[in-house]
Amino acid sequence: MASSSRTRRLLLQAGAAVTAQVLMKAAWAQPTGELAAAVAQFAGGQAVRPGRVRLEISPLVDNGNVVPMRVRVDSAMTASDHVSEIAVFNEKNPQRDVARFTLGPRAGKPDVATRIRLATSQQLVALARMSDGSVWSDTVDVVVVLAACIEGE
Amino acid sequence: MARTLIQLPATARRGEVIEVSALIAHPMETGYRPGADGRVLPRDIVRRFACRYNGELVFAAELHPAIAANPYLAFHTVATDSGTLEFEWTGDQGFRQVERRPLQVT
Repeated sequence: MASSSRTRRLLLQAGAAVTAQVLMKAAWAQPTGELAAAVAQFAGGQAVRPGRVRLEISPLVDNGNVVPMRVRVDSAMTASDHVSEIAVFNEKNPQRDVARFTLGPRAGKPDVATRIRLATSQQLVALARMSDGSVWSDTVDVVVVLAACIEGE
Repeated sequence: MARTLIQLPATARRGEVIEVSALIAHPMETGYRPGADGRVLPRDIVRRFACRYNGELVFAAELHPAIAANPYLAFHTVATDSGTLEFEWTGDQGFRQVERRPLQVT
């Protein structure tokens, strides 16, 4: 009896610890390390502000080899005010870069989609540079069940 | 010649924003994966994609190994005049392919 109640207590403690970890991770929304460096390099001295960009990706990815992803930016795309560049960076693939898109007023609508690879559960950042030079961002956490390029790890 | 799949409307009204999607058959070998003999396979990816509308660049993309095999790209453009959309993929090991599609603007 005593041992089973101890097991139960241990299980409860472990559960609480995992919950705390998840909560802490959620609070840790700011990019760090190499990802932050890649973002800073793209921004080129401009302040990176959250907002205007939406990175749409499934929060739970079954297969990391093919992950549909979409980036939308809030912009009218006129000659004087448009999105000039969109970039997507990741945290834990072998390289930080995922893709860069060059747009202009002729693009009509700042809405691009592609399919990417994710090596593991990680953070993704989408950045948009406007024609006035300002840089906007969106950060998303994704959980990957089956990782891409398992053999290479 | 790699197989491509390009979708865009056949006709559009002037000023209408149309969606264009382009896919090309390509392995997008990352350069991090070992092959059957245990040695790392050299990188072989599509580096750049560009879409020109009557010669004017409307959308371009720079791709990295994190893009899935058979790269798919969807984007938008404004239908201005009847003409041709030219899609160009360039990549490692001298890969280059150009496809053209007509667009009728009314």
